[in-house]
Parts: sequence; structure tokens; C-alpha cells
Amino acid sequence: MISEMNFLGRIIYILQSYGVSYLTGAGTTLLIALVSTVIGCLIGFAVGVIQTIPVREGNERTPGVYFLKLCQMILHAYVELFRGTPMIVQAVFIYYGLAQIWGIQLGMWQAAFLVVSVNTGAYMAESVRGGIISIDSGQMEGAKSIGMNHFQAMISVILPQAFRNILPQIGNNLIINIKDTSVLSVISIVDLFFVHKSVSGALYTYFESASIVMLIYLTMTVTVSRLLRLLEKYLDGSENYELADCMDIGNQMHKKGA
Amino acid sequence: MEKILELSHLGKSFGNHVVLRDINFSVKKGDVISVIGASGSGKSTMLRCINLLETPTSGEILFHDTNILNKENDIPAYRSKVGMVFQSFNLFSNMSVLDNCIVGQVKVLKKNKEDARQKAMQFLTKVGMEPYIHAKPRQLSGGQKQRVAIARALAMEPEVLLFDEPTSALDPLMVGEVLNVMKTLASEGLTMIVVTHEMSFARDVSNHVVYMDDGFIVEEGAPSQLFSEPKEEKTKAFLATILAEK
Repeated sequence: MISEMNFLGRIIYILQSYGVSYLTGAGTTLLIALVSTVIGCLIGFAVGVIQTIPVREGNERTPGVYFLKLCQMILHAYVELFRGTPMIVQAVFIYYGLAQIWGIQLGMWQAAFLVVSVNTGAYMAESVRGGIISIDSGQMEGAKSIGMNHFQAMISVILPQAFRNILPQIGNNLIINIKDTSVLSVISIVDLFFVHKSVSGALYTYFESASIVMLIYLTMTVTVSRLLRLLEKYLDGSENYELADCMDIGNQMHKKGA
Repeated sequence: MEKILELSHLGKSFGNHVVLRDINFSVKKGDVISVIGASGSGKSTMLRCINLLETPTSGEILFHDTNILNKENDIPAYRSKVGMVFQSFNLFSNMSVLDNCIVGQVKVLKKNKEDARQKAMQFLTKVGMEPYIHAKPRQLSGGQKQRVAIARALAMEPEVLLFDEPTSALDPLMVGEVLNVMKTLASEGLTMIVVTHEMSFARDVSNHVVYMDDGFIVEEGAPSQLFSEPKEEKTKAFLATILAEK
């Protein structure tokens, strides 16, 4: 029986019996982490952009500006609320709270995506704001000097640079999400950690199962961080550039017919 | 000649600090105006006010007789007609040289990409930067960056081009390449306002020189007059100092 096996034997036994469950759990973990990080980034970019909308001198007392200030206050409160409370509590709060107070019965999947996205969004909002502020003001002035409005400048010039600069933080968030989705077991999401709890509970093999799960988490996070490094390299482009030769210049000038 | 731009009683202060006091002058089509003066005299602030990168605190800026400081005025549309070249280049560092010169035409002027590309190539060739279209700004020297910045501004085909100390961040060898481009543009009739410390440019290329000190226009006139027979004591003192350094 399993109690008579050595450590390695028990691991092999667990993998043979529950390998697929672990993989499915890992898949769930990865799915929630990836999707929520992407949605969270979108939220973060939206909030960060709104938080950094400048008010034109002399326009401080117009209705539009009051509305903007109100939006910024609400978004600020959102950031503070979701950064300042544990995700495990947020999960319980949203999953059970929405049902009890407003009668909105979210599925546990919807709740899971919602909680992790909104949580990531709160963190990303501050990263994006920092990323936008850190771009040299000359970039915005250059864009304005050729007649771009604030949002054109944001989309074409500022955000691409801010995105590159905060990519390491996006990676951080993704890695944190891969690990922290483990708290979603409180709302019965069958993620990797939930599988671990079930298996170790059934077989009394806490250490062995934890070893497997540790290894799977580590594999996922290391892979993700490697991929993000590659993305950074790709975005930085080549250190060298090709001088355009006569043919190329001619082509660039006369492409119209093509 | 047709009057393009007129500053009338323009003032600017940052809090209690008054930078511009009652600036009046006008720009006609084809004018090449040099603005000279010591650092801190308000030259750059005046230029930034013209492009509304700073909001003036008083006075009017008339562009074809319309006050652009009116709240209803479409600032981006105005800026697309008044180009600006900065001391620190301000090329978009996320774009290639070619894209730097295309993006404004496509996003602001709503041109199609092919027309914009042709226009960009035309002006990049004019400033001698056409071999570098695939380079990113960080891969270029200061003089090259500034020439691309000039091409980017020209690609919008502005009515007036403002230069804010375009050669101050360059080493002496590169100053020449940028000044040569500017001389060519001046000779082709582009309307330019140039804030500069290059007295030779002010004297030889421009048709009108404005000397500023402490937020005032102290003296203005034709370069031959202002450089050889300045009327004001302050102008004499400034020219004596700066020409002695050369």
C-alpha cells in the first residue's frame, strides 16, 4: 500500500492516479491568471489614462472638469479598496455579497475572473499612471506640436512607451496571479491548489502532493517570465539599423502605384 | 505681405513670477525672425506661448486675425499649422525616423498612408536624412535627430515654423548641419521664428531681429540696423558681451 512506498514511489503513485487532475487544475490556474491579467491590464490602462488627463489652464471651473474630477475620485477609491484588501476576502465578499445584497448570482467562474481582473486592474492602474508620468514631457509636447490631441498622443506616442516600461510589472502581476489564484479555492474553483488539497486529503500525502504542486507552479512561473523577457527583447527591436539604399528610398518614394 | 501671426499685449506669469510683459509683434508671410537675448529673458516662453504649450495669462495671439486664445478655438488644428522644433528634439522614441514623419499626417491631417509616406520622404530627403528612415531616434546623433525633427515638422506643411534654440543641445560640429538646413528653408520662403544664440544666423539669415530682456521686447529691427547701430543701451551691452565671446 501507499504507506509502505518510499517518497519517490508515492509521488509516482499520485501522478499515476491523479496526474490528469493536477494538469487540469494547472490549466484552470493558468487560464484564470492569463485572462484576468489581460483584462486587468485593460482596466489598469483605462484607469491610468483617465487619472492622468490634464486640465487646461483656465478651464478649472467647467462642468466637464468637475465630472472628470468625480470620475478620478471614484477610480482612486476603487484602487485603494482593491489594493488595500486581501484577494481571498474580496472573492468571498463578491461571490456571496452580490448574491445576498443585489440578488446577482454569479457563477464561480465569473466571480473568479471578476475578482482577479479587478484586483489586477487596481495594481496596474498605479503602474500605468507611473509609466505615463515617467515618459519625458518632451514626447507629449512633440506630439502636441504637430497637432495631435491628448488622446492621439497617448495612443500613438505615450502608451506604447509606457507599456514597454511597465512590462516587467505586468510580468510581475501575471506571476503573482498564477500563484494567488490559489485563494480562489474558497469559492470552489478547482484550480491547482484545490486539486492538491483534495489529493492530499484523500491519501494523507501532504508533502508529496505539495512537492508536485510546487514544481508545477514553478514551471508555469518560470516559463511565463522567460516568455516575457523574449517579448521585451522583441519590443526593444534591433540594436542596429539598415541604411536604406537607393532602391529602398526609391520604393518608399514611389510606392503609391503599388 | 500678408500678416500671419500677431502677438498683442501678450503676458505670461508663473504664479508671482512674471516671465513675459506686454509683448507685441507681428509675423508676415515669408518672414524669418530671430529672437535673441540672454537665458531667462522669456524668449522660449514666448515661443511656447505661440504654440500654446504654455497658456498666456493676458493679451491676444491673432492667427489670420482670429484670436486663438478664445475657448472655442480648436487648439490641435491650430498647432498643426504652426510647427515647432525643440532644443531637445522630442522625436517619438517608439517610432522609426520614417514613422516620426508619417504619424502626424495620418492621425491629424487624415492623409492616407501612401501620400504621407511620399511627403515624409520628400522632406527627409530635403534634410539629408533619407538613408536613415529605418533607424530609431536613439540610434542617431544630435544633429541627425534635429534634422529629422525639422522634417517631421515640415511634413505637416505648416504656415509658420517655430525653432526653440534648435542648435543649443548640439556640439559645434553638428550645429553647422542643422543651420544649413535652416538656411535653405529660409531661402525657400518658409516663415520662421527662431529663438537662437547663433548670432551669425540672426545677422545673416533673418530679415528681422527681436532682442528680449526680462520679459520685454527691448528692441527690434532689421539685422543690419540692430547689429551695427543698436539704439538701446541694453542691446548694446548684450551684443558687446555675446560678440566678444565669439
